[in-house]
Amino acid sequence: MSEYILEMRNITKAFPGVKALDSVNLKIREGEIHSLCGENGAGKSTLMKVLSGVYPHGTYDGDILFKGKVCEFKSIKDSEDLGIVIIHQELALIPYLSIAENIYLGNERAHKGIVDWNETIRGAKELLGKVGLTENPNTPVGTIGVGKQQLVEIAKALSKKVKLLILDEPTAALNEDDSENLLQLMLEFKKQGISCILISHKLNEVSKVSDSITILRDGKTIETLDMHGKEVNEDRIIRGMVGRDLTSRYPERTPKVGEVILEIKDWTVYHELQADRKVIDGANLHIRRGEIVGIAGLMGSGRTELAMSVFGRAYGRNISGELYKNGQVIQNRTVTEAIANGFAYVTEDRKDYGLILIDDIKRNISLTGLPKLARNMVIDEREEILVAEEMRRKLKIKTPNILQKTGNLSGGNQQKVVLSKWIYSEPDILILDEPTRGIDVGAKFEIYSIINQLADEGKGVLVISSELPEILGICDRIYVMNAGRITGEVSKEEASQETLMRYMTKNGGA
Amino acid sequence: METLMKLFKNNIRQYGMIIALVLIMIFFQIITGGLLLEPINITNLILQNSYILILAIGMVLVIITGHIDLSVGSVAAFVGAVAAVMMVDMQLHPVIAVIASLIVGGLIGAWQGFWVAYVRIPAFIVTLAGMLLFRGLTMIVLDGQSISPFPGGFQKLSSGFVPDFGNTGTNLVAILVGIAFTVIYVINELRDRKSQKKYNFDVLPGGLFLLKLFLMAAVINAFTFMLASYAGLPNILILLLVLIIIYSFVMNKTVMGRHIYALGGNEKAAALSGVKTKKVTFWVFVNMGVMAAISGLMFAARLNAATPRAGTNFELDAIAASFIGGASATGGIGTVFGAIIGGLVMGVLNNGMSLVGLGIDWQQGIKGLVLLAAVAFDIYNKKKSSAS
Repeated sequence: MSEYILEMRNITKAFPGVKALDSVNLKIREGEIHSLCGENGAGKSTLMKVLSGVYPHGTYDGDILFKGKVCEFKSIKDSEDLGIVIIHQELALIPYLSIAENIYLGNERAHKGIVDWNETIRGAKELLGKVGLTENPNTPVGTIGVGKQQLVEIAKALSKKVKLLILDEPTAALNEDDSENLLQLMLEFKKQGISCILISHKLNEVSKVSDSITILRDGKTIETLDMHGKEVNEDRIIRGMVGRDLTSRYPERTPKVGEVILEIKDWTVYHELQADRKVIDGANLHIRRGEIVGIAGLMGSGRTELAMSVFGRAYGRNISGELYKNGQVIQNRTVTEAIANGFAYVTEDRKDYGLILIDDIKRNISLTGLPKLARNMVIDEREEILVAEEMRRKLKIKTPNILQKTGNLSGGNQQKVVLSKWIYSEPDILILDEPTRGIDVGAKFEIYSIINQLADEGKGVLVISSELPEILGICDRIYVMNAGRITGEVSKEEASQETLMRYMTKNGGA
Repeated sequence: METLMKLFKNNIRQYGMIIALVLIMIFFQIITGGLLLEPINITNLILQNSYILILAIGMVLVIITGHIDLSVGSVAAFVGAVAAVMMVDMQLHPVIAVIASLIVGGLIGAWQGFWVAYVRIPAFIVTLAGMLLFRGLTMIVLDGQSISPFPGGFQKLSSGFVPDFGNTGTNLVAILVGIAFTVIYVINELRDRKSQKKYNFDVLPGGLFLLKLFLMAAVINAFTFMLASYAGLPNILILLLVLIIIYSFVMNKTVMGRHIYALGGNEKAAALSGVKTKKVTFWVFVNMGVMAAISGLMFAARLNAATPRAGTNFELDAIAASFIGGASATGGIGTVFGAIIGGLVMGVLNNGMSLVGLGIDWQQGIKGLVLLAAVAFDIYNKKKSSAS
């Protein structure tokens, strides 16, 4: 019997254009809680997808050994049969089905295709007891809170005779009590001999429960730390997560910072569906003319929600707080009003929220600025072509002509079309949400140059990014968010990946 | 030859349905022994299909926004009934009655648009409810019986012809309108081509372009000549042409039109670009209500009666016309012109099969297959063009 329940050896997984995993090694001891840490995009989720069989054997290189035996998983079913169960960040429960039905979904207590309801309810009760949830198994899952739903997921995992439980950001959506509860449960499972892999951005939780930690960065294993040995603290983990060189991937710029152009005061937003959950909690920030301000934060920290709620209440409800533009109170009640107030918002998700993929470049560029092109509501198509051509030239959109469908363009060129659209609307304040996600290095440099140019024209620019090097490379001042609060504000001079990461994983307000 | 094939491939989606329409017409022309393209039959074709074509114009807008309207047949019947009550029972002047009927149509559209746009109930459900509701109201208003006859002036709306001058046997107005249309068409095409060339867009090679102009001119003039040799231009054709021109213009050249396409193409992106998506959806339904009212008035005028069963299955014909004409069920794609071509495909099929003496049973089945084939063809083409 091997000491390790799971060994992943030299796992390499490539997607077109990127190596997501590069000879990653991961060893999990029998009955330990092993944490996996790394920035967004470090390869944690990809590694877990390889392990669980989402990426079947043959699509990656390397070996997976479970209890000393080589495994070749062809699907999730194969890995689950061995007792490897993954619980994803977005819960995979069906809200209209009952707790019991969800627990046994795909694994029904049935004889010859006919469900044995007595056995289902009895089994569900027993499993709920193990995870400490006192709910009627007939309750629809959609009516219980997220914390309890998480427990139902775990009960579902237990029903599959789990040996190795993988939790991907299990506490991201939970409040502190529920999180604490969940961590205790993990320690309880450990006593029963169930091994756990915990993926989390909350380093205090990680250091609390873990026996060892493996750190991934840019698709490579950096190190594995033993939490019981010598002193390992959060700073030590952070250093491992961010330690990479900053090369000059960012264009030079001397900022010419002017007056405050936008001030956001006491901004509070509630979740769109869960009315009692604060997504943004009393955020205060300001942007000056000619300044590029960054918002750093991990996924789920509320960055996008902040941007969208400011941009004409495109997200959230019960929004409270004040907006001041050039010292005057303004209202952004609708997107149209926000645009009229000189706001522009380049969305995080280009394809779903930014572009009309079935339309051509010209029409996408002119969409927001159509009233400017129209006389008596009739569009001046000559003018429209001139505008689109000018943008194509200025932003170097690579395309045979402006009648190409935007769906056929590369990510970088699509992003340039989105930028063109907003540049043509002549905003004073630009909010850019993940402006270079999924874009290759060369195009990134061009996008940064465009951003710099917009700031130099005296606009206020707010950049939201998950990539710390990017934030450090282009921003003059950086706010850090965690769990809906602004936990820190750092100037370019005092900013480093370590300081940012500390604020990003800090609980509570600044 | 190679460039011709390439050109054909690139434009097959645009011209595919026109080619299909021509083939269907040639087919029926042959098997009916030339009856299909007799002047009297051409005139009949227009008179019979105009109210579906009017509905199709409104329907294609609804479909472009990504919705559907199942209620238009019932709404057309209801408006026809209301108009009959006003004109026949209450003896109101036709002009007042027509205006009031259009307002009723608009209000019905507003009712449905409210539920779809602001309450966000799927249009399928809202208009299915509307289909039942307005059919019921039609029967209530008519008390289960037909009302007739309409005043003569009103009947002329859909069965009359544009008066001619002189009496040369052939209708001069029709021929002159044909020539005028040709001139406008040629000038427009030349101007477009010039500006497209200026911006380095792909244009048809010179020879083909001339061929296209010549063919279109021939079709327009042959068509008006046919009409001229029977009774001239039907009034309803003029109405139809005006609507086609206005709606093509609105959809292609105005802010409203762009917003409709943007909304259908990607609602979330459109909303974040400042398109008032709810308001646009609402007005598209109001417009559909007005178009259904026009269609209902034309149908009642042609029948010279308002009947409880009027407009049955109109919605299905209008929806089929839009889809055959290249509209996408997921929204964002479709043209007014395409919907008209689609409507004509259905109309010619109906008319041709009736001339041949095929029963209504076979007609229904064949129309169903044509609809399926047209949409399958469209999806096949889309897959191919996105793969390349």
